[in-house]
Amino acid sequence: MIAEYGQLALTFAFCVSLALAIVPLYGSFKGNQTALELGNPLAYALFFLTAFSFWALSYAFWANDFTVVYVASNSNSLLPWYYRLTAVWGGHEGSMLLWLLTLAGWIGAVALFSRSLPLQFQGRILGVMGLIAVGFYAFVLFMSNPFMLSLPYYPVDGRDLNPLLQDFGMIIHPPMLYMGYVGFAVSFAFAIAALMGGKFDSTWARWARPWTLAAWMFLTMGIMLGSWWAYAELGWGGWWFWDPVENASFMPWLVGTALIHSLAVTEKRGTFKSWTVLLAIGAFSLSLLGAFLVRSGVLVSVHSFAADPDRGLYLLAFLLVVVGGSLLLYAIRMNSVRSQARYELFSREVLLWGNNIFLLTATLVVLLGTLFPLVHKELGLGSISIGEPFFNQLFYYLVIPFSLLLGLGPWVRWKQQQVQPLLKPMSLIAIATLILALGTMAATQSIQANLALLGLLLGAWVGSSAIFELLQRLQQFGSITQGLTKLNASHFGMTLAHIGFAVLVVGVAMTKTYSVETQVRMKAGDQVELAGYQFKLVEVYDLKGPNYSGEAAELDVSYQGDYVTHLHAEKRFYTVQRSVMTEAAVHARLSRDLYVALGESLSEDSWALSLYVKPFVRWIWLGGLLMSLGALIALCDKRYRRRTVDRKDTTEQKDKADA
Amino acid sequence: MNPRRQKRLVAVTAFVLLLGGAIGAMLYALQQNIDLFYTPSQLIEGIGDKKVKPEVGQRLRIGGMVVKGSVRRAPDSLKVSFDLVDTGPIVTVEYEGILPDLFREGQGIVAQGVLVDKTTILASEVLAKHDEEYMPPEVAEALKGIKHVPPSQLYKESDKGQQP
Repeated sequence: MIAEYGQLALTFAFCVSLALAIVPLYGSFKGNQTALELGNPLAYALFFLTAFSFWALSYAFWANDFTVVYVASNSNSLLPWYYRLTAVWGGHEGSMLLWLLTLAGWIGAVALFSRSLPLQFQGRILGVMGLIAVGFYAFVLFMSNPFMLSLPYYPVDGRDLNPLLQDFGMIIHPPMLYMGYVGFAVSFAFAIAALMGGKFDSTWARWARPWTLAAWMFLTMGIMLGSWWAYAELGWGGWWFWDPVENASFMPWLVGTALIHSLAVTEKRGTFKSWTVLLAIGAFSLSLLGAFLVRSGVLVSVHSFAADPDRGLYLLAFLLVVVGGSLLLYAIRMNSVRSQARYELFSREVLLWGNNIFLLTATLVVLLGTLFPLVHKELGLGSISIGEPFFNQLFYYLVIPFSLLLGLGPWVRWKQQQVQPLLKPMSLIAIATLILALGTMAATQSIQANLALLGLLLGAWVGSSAIFELLQRLQQFGSITQGLTKLNASHFGMTLAHIGFAVLVVGVAMTKTYSVETQVRMKAGDQVELAGYQFKLVEVYDLKGPNYSGEAAELDVSYQGDYVTHLHAEKRFYTVQRSVMTEAAVHARLSRDLYVALGESLSEDSWALSLYVKPFVRWIWLGGLLMSLGALIALCDKRYRRRTVDRKDTTEQKDKADA
Repeated sequence: MNPRRQKRLVAVTAFVLLLGGAIGAMLYALQQNIDLFYTPSQLIEGIGDKKVKPEVGQRLRIGGMVVKGSVRRAPDSLKVSFDLVDTGPIVTVEYEGILPDLFREGQGIVAQGVLVDKTTILASEVLAKHDEEYMPPEVAEALKGIKHVPPSQLYKESDKGQQP
């Protein structure tokens, strides 16, 4: 019964989204106050109806209601309760419902937190988000309904959740990722609403910035979690595969990063306006493109859901409507927008131009590498695949100038910078960079001119520049302690995010250069040496879990004779889905990971094992974490909470509290 | 030309040059990294109307169903070889390393590697999808329109045909 209520709530939510798409927009063009004020209650209603619907589906999973087709194909009564709940977004239909929930959540948040914006502007934002919502609610309701029933002939038990998804990383990876994807819908709505009004000023950028930062923070977290999950769960010791679906999430991230920086210019200097709007449209369009690629079945990857050409066609049409419509509006409106600010060749504006150019070139690389095989196949030229080296090589060339610029950027003033005053701090940073990079290298590996050294140099350059810049900025307030209280949060956030990037670069370069791996045939008692570590296979025995059986291997690891750790690697056979999963054993330290995956049984007593020693691999995720933490800190900046207009008297008190 | 226009011209030229260079570099890198996909019958009979066959030494991807009973392992190392089939012809894949979890006889896989002779590929990577009923879409396409029999039987039937 509950599932029917969920269906009912979803249908109502669709009707509410229709109302949300029409009423506030109507009000904003006709100047109808009542219609505009209806926006907020409609947004809340949409959220609560969607949340109820989501709860209903979760309940169906919880209660093992196999009359629901979606539950039957993605769950099983043997599945532990926590995986039964996360199985809600384990397949196409349920993950779309999660998508709706995050969309409704963002719409509700916009309604709640932007009450201080001019009513007309807020109404337009909600209206645009309503339009997006109509597209997605219709998609879920008519083309991928998770509440479909199989009565009266329903299965006794379900087909179980894909074993790959039975992991902690999977519990939080999709929600984070969707929060990011859908979050760019808010930036998009801000841009479109501003296009409708034709008014772009620094206040507009200041309103749009926290939303973009929030979306970017979630997307960063989502991508990092996905990478970490793939590393831990797929048993191949890699952390990024240039898989088309990874690329699909990486493209909006790159454009989103460009957008954050461009918004900064628009807020502080009032320029880059049309460019910022274009980026906001681009970020959301690429999110939609990602949804299309993953859900249409045109791509083959670990992530792709069961293919259905109709769904793909719908999403493609939706994508075209969104991109086409917004670009048309852009073309009509944007020629009236002029920026008046002037800046010289050596100024922060120009350096941020550089940032945007590199980020967009990177996006182009990823886009080309992802779509080229599709185009090639559609043209009848045969199926091809684009190898990892393509991406690695081009990113290698892009990261070098990008990092050099990044180290310089925060030091350069807006409008115009003289070269002379920068020479001293820059040479200090350069010296610090050399010491740091060579020191780290000497401490962990032998000094060689290789990719790792380059990565360390770039990382140290970006990192030390960020730290020195912060110190220098703090000193401008008199003393560092005074500065700590006075400097605004967004500056701390920026510094932290830049350090995060530095950490990421170091992690990638070190792992790429110094990772060693070997695949060996071992018997119990055998010992293998890898990068100075001795791996000893102690025993292999049978394993019995709730919904799987399998084997486990116990290994002892020592380093030059000293005991380091004990590792426990598993190979599981999930009985319902009849599939095998590798549970790798990982011993993680900041300087290196030891990673063991149990392979197949080769004969009675010997086993295939993959052994990896991966230096600095943790730094990759640490860098991502620092970046999203930086975004979080920047979000806390007071100026984003400053009221711009007082719509009612009640907000006045809050104002005082804020001040 | 006034100084502002001159500056703008410089900026635009620099931008165009950069963009052109970037796209050129990209296309060059792309060309170096394209791997064509073949099915076993395409590998042997050639692709398309012109029947283009890959050259020995070429990097490629091959996808097909693992022939039942064809997996041969070396006794003391991780060397393994197996046969792939789609609609008839058979090619051999050699590989050293751990096969993916879902590698099974009778199932679809994709291998990335180098063609060492007309019907043998030295694989650097073997991919199997985490799905019982998975078949690489290219293989499914090649098999389209042909009656749906497991490749193992197909193999046996053709065997029988050769030995009357």
